[in-house]
Amino acid sequence: MSDVRYEPVIGLEIHVQLSTRTKMFCACPLSFGEPPNTRTCPVCLGLPGTLPVANAEAIHHGLMIGLALGSQLAARSIFHRKNYFYPDLPKGYQISQYDEPLCSGGRLGEVRIHRVHLEEDAAKLTHVGASGRIHGSDASIVDFNRGGTPLAEIVTEPDLRSPEQASEWLRLLRTTLRRLGVSDVNMEEGSLRCDANISIRPTGSDELGTKTELKNMNSFRFIERGIRAEIARQEQLLRAGEPVVQETLHFDPRTEAITSLRSKEEAHDYRYFPEPDLPPVTITEAMLERARAGLPELPLEREQRLASELGLNAESARLLSWRSELGDYFEAALAAGGGVESQPLANWLGELTTRAGGEDPAATGVEPAQLAALAALVSSGAVTQGAARQVLDRMVAAGGGDPAAIVEAEGLGAVGGADELAPIVRAALEANPDVAEKLRDGDMKPIGVIIGHVMRETRGRADGKEVTAIVRAELGLGG
Amino acid sequence: MTAILDLTAAQAAAAIERGDLDPGELFGIYRERAAADELGAWTWVADAAPVAFDVGAPLRGVPLAVKDLFCTEGVPSQAGSRILEGYRPPYTATCVERLQTAGATLLGKTNQDEFAMGSSNENSGFGPVLNPWDRSRVPGGSSGGSAAAVAAGSAPWALGTDTGGSIRQPAALCGIVGLKPTYGTVSRFGMIAFACSLDQAGPLTRDVTDAALLYRHMAGADARDATAVGHPDEIGLPSAERLDGVRLGVPVELAGGEGIEPGVLAAFERSLALARELGATVEEVSLPTADRALSAYYVIAPAECSSNLARFDGVRYGLRVEADDLLTMYTETRHDGFGDEVKRRILIGTYALSSGYYDAYYGRAQRVRTLIARELAAVFERVDAIVTPTSPGVAFELGSKSADPLAMYLNDFFTVPMSLAGVPAISIPCGLADGLPVGLQVAGAAFSENRLLDIAYALEQGLGFDGSPARGGATP
Repeated sequence: MSDVRYEPVIGLEIHVQLSTRTKMFCACPLSFGEPPNTRTCPVCLGLPGTLPVANAEAIHHGLMIGLALGSQLAARSIFHRKNYFYPDLPKGYQISQYDEPLCSGGRLGEVRIHRVHLEEDAAKLTHVGASGRIHGSDASIVDFNRGGTPLAEIVTEPDLRSPEQASEWLRLLRTTLRRLGVSDVNMEEGSLRCDANISIRPTGSDELGTKTELKNMNSFRFIERGIRAEIARQEQLLRAGEPVVQETLHFDPRTEAITSLRSKEEAHDYRYFPEPDLPPVTITEAMLERARAGLPELPLEREQRLASELGLNAESARLLSWRSELGDYFEAALAAGGGVESQPLANWLGELTTRAGGEDPAATGVEPAQLAALAALVSSGAVTQGAARQVLDRMVAAGGGDPAAIVEAEGLGAVGGADELAPIVRAALEANPDVAEKLRDGDMKPIGVIIGHVMRETRGRADGKEVTAIVRAELGLGG
Repeated sequence: MTAILDLTAAQAAAAIERGDLDPGELFGIYRERAAADELGAWTWVADAAPVAFDVGAPLRGVPLAVKDLFCTEGVPSQAGSRILEGYRPPYTATCVERLQTAGATLLGKTNQDEFAMGSSNENSGFGPVLNPWDRSRVPGGSSGGSAAAVAAGSAPWALGTDTGGSIRQPAALCGIVGLKPTYGTVSRFGMIAFACSLDQAGPLTRDVTDAALLYRHMAGADARDATAVGHPDEIGLPSAERLDGVRLGVPVELAGGEGIEPGVLAAFERSLALARELGATVEEVSLPTADRALSAYYVIAPAECSSNLARFDGVRYGLRVEADDLLTMYTETRHDGFGDEVKRRILIGTYALSSGYYDAYYGRAQRVRTLIARELAAVFERVDAIVTPTSPGVAFELGSKSADPLAMYLNDFFTVPMSLAGVPAISIPCGLADGLPVGLQVAGAAFSENRLLDIAYALEQGLGFDGSPARGGATP
């Protein structure tokens, strides 16, 4: 049995805080780090006698998400009450959607969507004391600023097969939501939260194993780590002949420890029933029309366009689409003109991104038009690749700059033409008589020595092909 | 002073408008009577008259009693429950706010069955309310304090709420008028909820004109209540003297008079005779599903209440019983804070919504509700109004039904179908049986309040019911 190989089966549940102006069911503005309990009103505090009124903008956001994911949109928006006691839930129930979610089905890339529904966020609890959890804490402090923030819960089918694929796909979802403008999708600030349902099964099996739900992975790094740790834990259990227990688990990013959140005997019966305070709202053609009109080009559509219309290779097209800021930078540079070609520009953007530590290239201060100008200098032969990298280094160091001016000031322009290069080549051949001998005999292998010599002399400003051509001419080898 | 007490609220408002009555004097008389109340009708009475009265507004500063469960800013609003003892909300219910804008002055808060759950006002966390006609008897419930205060003349008029009969039944038992409006015409924002899909605020008044006047200023859509659509018509003051051409329906299910006290039946039949004299036709109508209404009601209302009352957990307001851990704090707070009837309904409702039971209970009850609404709508195609006794009996002795919840629930037999269907119904006093008032219920199609008020007004004129003994009885 020990040589059985296991395959992970992963589904994600993503909670996205919608960036509406006000909360889901009251007129309080959304909170962005204000002092605790300053963005509250009788409604979101659940005071006796208060009633919810559904935020039309949140429903609009929900429809946009559904359209972007190719979901079936419900004919009406209907809310249910999900009943449970917890100090972060002032009404004793959460208003959510149950058997009629706003969006059903759909797909994003290789992952099928199960459903998308709207609900209200709970308040934020801080547990004082060593445990950091509600049990065993000295006290728990509630901040109701977050309570009532509109949430879209996006549930995928269990279509993911590795931790890396899960975090990669989550990036695509995040970019899609960011492009839609429906959320800040910031994991660190909690506007994008992800739980994972994880099971493993022998590779090749069609049956699903017992799944666990892993919570509290608040960064892409932790998602990969958490899922990996849970897969390892399950595999260890199965290899030891022990069963996986269906439960909710908590991932501690510091220790990478996985602990049980709720035991089975506390299993909830949420007693869902239709929210009597909110009459169902019919989704009208006008509402759909408005949602459709609000749809921007989505990452997968952009990827398609960059590949087919601009001829970018698959890797560049995907990178520039799945990371909006790269795509936007790229398209701005392309639009700046100068006749720069797409793929070289994409490559130069890659160079710039590397120099930005993998983060947003705009943060370097190098403007898209400046990068385009640099790429154009290379394309025209005015600057060699090697010299251009040095120019880019200087541009980044200075927080931007005109590449042509840097070339001029630093004398980094390409050394071109036989007039300039021939004397340098001749000197190189004279300095390396044994190499010159071999070349003359038609053994071109050591030509790199000559090219290297010329490059040193010209500080990389010469073009390798041109140097080769001059060598051949000097030695009478013909084209 | 007697002369002032004999004025209805509308008459008092008119007297103030004419300059014949000082609103401060009016307020003072009622404040004194409310403060001296011996019926247990009040849970809070204003300390003093307000600095100024809005005599330019339509209600001219006439004082108003408000059922405890309406939130009133800075004033105790406890819904008759110990779990909210001393709770003073930071905001005022829309309906109260509208009436204050229209010139009403808050006189005080009235006692009620805890969270509006009851038909006798014996379920209040702050003691029972006595019936001003006979202090050994209940005033009905759950708006028992409002009904007793108006009947006893410690308030000119009052606000109540009706979930399954909580305005109409106490109005009947106290010999006053009570209107349960069409669901959704009055905002529920600020009403501490019992059962959201049924709760509706309405007036308890001395006569039909007062009911129309108060309701006129209560009705209206509210951006804070998604179920409040307001009333499509301006509510007029009733003036019909005859009922020519009016078709009244009497449920055939009532024909045997089974379960109805003889004195109630006699008063009811005298009312039907009067209606015919005034020109109405009276015909039999059939409501075959109506006998299932109580069963459906006692699933739906507890289900909603079990969820609505979850917020009373001791964390943020009201009673908290300190304990070493969260769960114990929750359970001890709810154990000590809620009365038996409330606990009973939370248990029933929790059960009815539980996984595996939902379809058999809540789902089925909702289907019954739909059938009843359809049956009533079909009947209202044929007749203008359905008439029934409001309650099968007159006010009963305190304690006589406390041990038998089912007997208590039967009080709502005639009132619950209209609540489930969301249609309006008014109860007017139609005579005495053994010296105790009998109520006549007149129910109509959704949004037919103007017609109902007219029918009730014409009958009221003909019936000539005298409620003054109850006011005298309050000040021996």
